[in-house]
Amino acid sequence: MATLELRNVNKTYGAGLPDTLKNIELSIKEGEFLILVGPSGCGKSTLMNCIAGLENITGGAIMIDDQDVSGLSPKDRDIAMVFQSYALYPTMSVRENIEFGLKIRKMPRADIDEEVARVAKLLQIEHLLNRKPGQLSGGQQQRVAMGRALARRPKIYLFDEPLSNLDAKLRVEMRTEMKLMHQRLKTTTVYVTHDQIEAMTLGDKVAVMKDGIIQQFGTPKQIYNDPANLFVASFIGSPPMNFIPLRLQRKDGRLLALLDSGQARCELPMSMDDAGLEDREVILGLRPEQIVLASADAAGMPTIRAEVQVTEPTGPDTLVFVQLNEAKVCCRLAPDVAPQVGETLTLQFDPAKVLLFDAKTGERLGTAASLPVQDRADNVTRIKGR
Amino acid sequence: MTSLAGKSAISLSRIAIYAVLIFAVLLYLVPLVVMLLTSFKTPEDISTGNLLSWPAVVTGIGWVKAWATVDGYFWNSIKITVPAVLVSTAIGALNGYVLSMWRFRGSQLFFGLLLFGCFLPFQTVLLPASFTLGKMGLASTTTGLVFVHIVYGLAFTTLFFRNYYVSIPDALVKAARLDGAGFFTIFRMIILPMSTPIIMVCLIWQFTQIWNDFLFGVVFSSGDSQPITVALNNLVNTSTGVKEYNVDMAAAMIAGLPTLLVYVVAGKYFVRGLTAGAVKG
Repeated sequence: MATLELRNVNKTYGAGLPDTLKNIELSIKEGEFLILVGPSGCGKSTLMNCIAGLENITGGAIMIDDQDVSGLSPKDRDIAMVFQSYALYPTMSVRENIEFGLKIRKMPRADIDEEVARVAKLLQIEHLLNRKPGQLSGGQQQRVAMGRALARRPKIYLFDEPLSNLDAKLRVEMRTEMKLMHQRLKTTTVYVTHDQIEAMTLGDKVAVMKDGIIQQFGTPKQIYNDPANLFVASFIGSPPMNFIPLRLQRKDGRLLALLDSGQARCELPMSMDDAGLEDREVILGLRPEQIVLASADAAGMPTIRAEVQVTEPTGPDTLVFVQLNEAKVCCRLAPDVAPQVGETLTLQFDPAKVLLFDAKTGERLGTAASLPVQDRADNVTRIKGR
Repeated sequence: MTSLAGKSAISLSRIAIYAVLIFAVLLYLVPLVVMLLTSFKTPEDISTGNLLSWPAVVTGIGWVKAWATVDGYFWNSIKITVPAVLVSTAIGALNGYVLSMWRFRGSQLFFGLLLFGCFLPFQTVLLPASFTLGKMGLASTTTGLVFVHIVYGLAFTTLFFRNYYVSIPDALVKAARLDGAGFFTIFRMIILPMSTPIIMVCLIWQFTQIWNDFLFGVVFSSGDSQPITVALNNLVNTSTGVKEYNVDMAAAMIAGLPTLLVYVVAGKYFVRGLTAGAVKG
């Protein structure tokens, strides 16, 4: 159990080459579950290797329990890691795999046996202890890899895309199991994934990365509801947020976004009214679940009639696509609505939930202050819907 | 194919294929048969009979004489080959481990240069090698010859191990480092146990090379410390007295047997994919 803090961590593979990691700043408390998420090549695995000590950083400091470990070798950092490929030692049995780190650390035999028994019970792999990794299924190998990490009771667990080699069903099962395990063990964990659902469901804190830079660091809720920029907004959420490029206009002193479905027009009043927004090219962001069928009791909300172009019934929801301005917009409707293609629906928006992004830079617009990338305090409340 | 009883099993083309194959096998076996038959003949039988004829009297005298001649040299060859094979394989394994898993600045270049060693003809290194051995005080000693074989073999053994180890995922080494293992512990406990197939390949290759070597043997050793290949040459090339072909053949067989034995014993370890399934992705 430990705290982890990254202070201005930089990593480059040589002068003249682009930075692999740039000014990484984040900190998590004891027992927290941190997710590093981003597309491939964003530097999340490099960052994890740096925390583990498998790669050296070129600037900054990595603090574990307020002690700078950036000069220490991996074995002295008291960290355990689960690899995407599991990296089980192929010539050793499951028991030997789990014991290996304990033996190297010269733990007494009796303690080793006790520890192996504890871990095997925890992960329900007692019956596999004498098998070789090659004789195990993917899911079993995954458990053994976890067991090897759990056995040492390290200060911090690192998980490098541990579920990505499992099939879809097993992945969901193991996801739940990992969450349960973390709730029980309460060990500080860093978890790398490119799967935004894993990021949302597992993390206490999420760091969204792109091009070696942390785009946003916060709770899953903050990341989802309050994305710092277009990239975060588009990366998190499935189906992804709708983006409608348009130009804001002022009418009767109110800032408006004009939406056009081809059948009707709608003046969507903006909840924010910062200087410089008027007449500016922006991208309007709306999550699919924030577009609903117009209902009688929500009078006063802006509505628009639009023709259904495609429907995708997923079971729990029906995704309906309509055309608004130049964009194909996805709406997440209840399955019992089940509109037909060509049918016209009346849709309703909540202006308070609409997000605005700069069309050129992708930065979030129209909040009280420009959004800080780092969000150390959990209780930051943003002024929304003034 | 064979499960389908009847016409398709014994078709004309199949007969033709087997006929060609059997012919090829016989062709390859003829030298061995001639050697074996000749080694068991008496000299008189050889001079009167035909190469492929059965011995008039089967006699082991050729083998006894041959062994009496090459006995000491056979053990010389063992003394040269065994340490040279073991040391060059061990160093090659370590080299390959470093060049694939602990890359350093310039390690690719180093490996590239090392590869040149594989293309160097024996003849080109004779003078520099004898010069070096002389300086080291190892000229005309078994140790010196072993040393030359080790150095010359390193290019090959390093290449074998390096190419085998690049296919082992880095994650294994990373995991072991996090488990607290150091350079040699990882090599000994993780990497070496996975290396059985390549060790066998390397042993066979090096054994064959060094046991069969003639040039280094004739240049870097003298008198009683010469390997069996040189002794065999001396025996066959004697110009005094009657040519005893039965002894020559038996001696050649004795000289060739150990390599054959190595193939038979170690060949079954030529199993690939011992690591299959351990690491996914």
